[in-house]
Amino acid sequence: MDYRTALTTCTYCGCGCNLYLEVLDGQIIDTIPCKTSPVNEGKLCIKGWNVHEFVQSPNRLTRPLLRKEGTFEEVSWDEALEFTASKLRDIKEGYGGDSIGFLTSAKATNEENYLLQKFARAALGTNNVDHCARL
Amino acid sequence: MIKEVKKRVKELLDSGKITGFLGLRDMNGHVGPHLFCDGGDLEALVLGDRERPGDSRYPLNKQLIHLARSYPEDTFGVLVRGCDERGLKTLSTWNQLHPDKVVPVGIACPQELAEACECLRPYPDEFVCGEKVEGCPYDSVAQLDGIDLAARFDHWMREFEKCIKCYGCRDICPMCFCKECSLESNELIRTGDIPPEMPLFHLTRAVHMAGRCIDCGLCNEACPADIPLRTLYKKVADIIDEEFHYRPGYVADQKSPLNILSQPGVE
Repeated sequence: MDYRTALTTCTYCGCGCNLYLEVLDGQIIDTIPCKTSPVNEGKLCIKGWNVHEFVQSPNRLTRPLLRKEGTFEEVSWDEALEFTASKLRDIKEGYGGDSIGFLTSAKATNEENYLLQKFARAALGTNNVDHCARL
Repeated sequence: MIKEVKKRVKELLDSGKITGFLGLRDMNGHVGPHLFCDGGDLEALVLGDRERPGDSRYPLNKQLIHLARSYPEDTFGVLVRGCDERGLKTLSTWNQLHPDKVVPVGIACPQELAEACECLRPYPDEFVCGEKVEGCPYDSVAQLDGIDLAARFDHWMREFEKCIKCYGCRDICPMCFCKECSLESNELIRTGDIPPEMPLFHLTRAVHMAGRCIDCGLCNEACPADIPLRTLYKKVADIIDEEFHYRPGYVADQKSPLNILSQPGVE
């Protein structure tokens, strides 16, 4: 028997609620809000309460997909990044940096969001950066 | 206080009476549920009184059900306060836990917590530490009963309006063990709609707490909108007591009248 409660941070948004994932024999079976967290004080929203379900959802994407001849195919990270970089370069050279926009995410960390806007401004030369939290 | 608890847990683990002890652990700066399996590793065991008594309580009986469902042959120890023990007794009558497979290690709650909880019996039958203090009446219920019906209705509707329908009250509840939940039944509550239908959502849950709620108050603490759910369920418990002379978990093996009524041949 291997029973653990793992303290972690909710990945659903940028609030940073703390929760315990209840893990029994390698399977995440439940979510328990952390009572001593100064952020959420033992409370969660409906999304946080269901973290244990999406982590192991069969619908979750675990590898990059690339559309080839109309259908999605699993590809390696190298291939996905190579394809994306070459397309971004083509569009920038053909139509200018402002023809590209970047949508960042509340599910990413502060640091990752910083990197993305830096990439948009410094590498692609555009201020077209937006975020789902600005709805 | 904690010394007596650790001593008792160590005895239970070392003697092999229990596979593990479900308690609370202070680790990485936070208090949460933990299964202690080694009698020599109880350093981080705590009772859930961090800054004030009972401020980091968890639904340990709920986690115990998860373990018991997967390991029905094993016996587990569990940390219990008065409310948790009422939970164990009630869960046994609902066939969710086998009393022979559970060894409660009891602690009595201090006056401050008993008053904050308005707990009728703030101690389990047997406890290894703490002092037995008098139970406290449901002042919050009496206060609301003192105002007229229309104003009381307005009060509750104002409270229910704050609901963000997170289902936290149900998810934290150690007595909510059903595999199918009425609060997710489309005939009654449409799951995709926000805000919830009022007062249907809350009254559906209140009715389901009748004869089942053991007044631990974890729902109240988990509510992001601070809806005084505990007061609502205390009132429901009072009604069941008046009508059927029953309060869940105070007497072992006593089934809820609502459980008995649903059996064939009982009128």
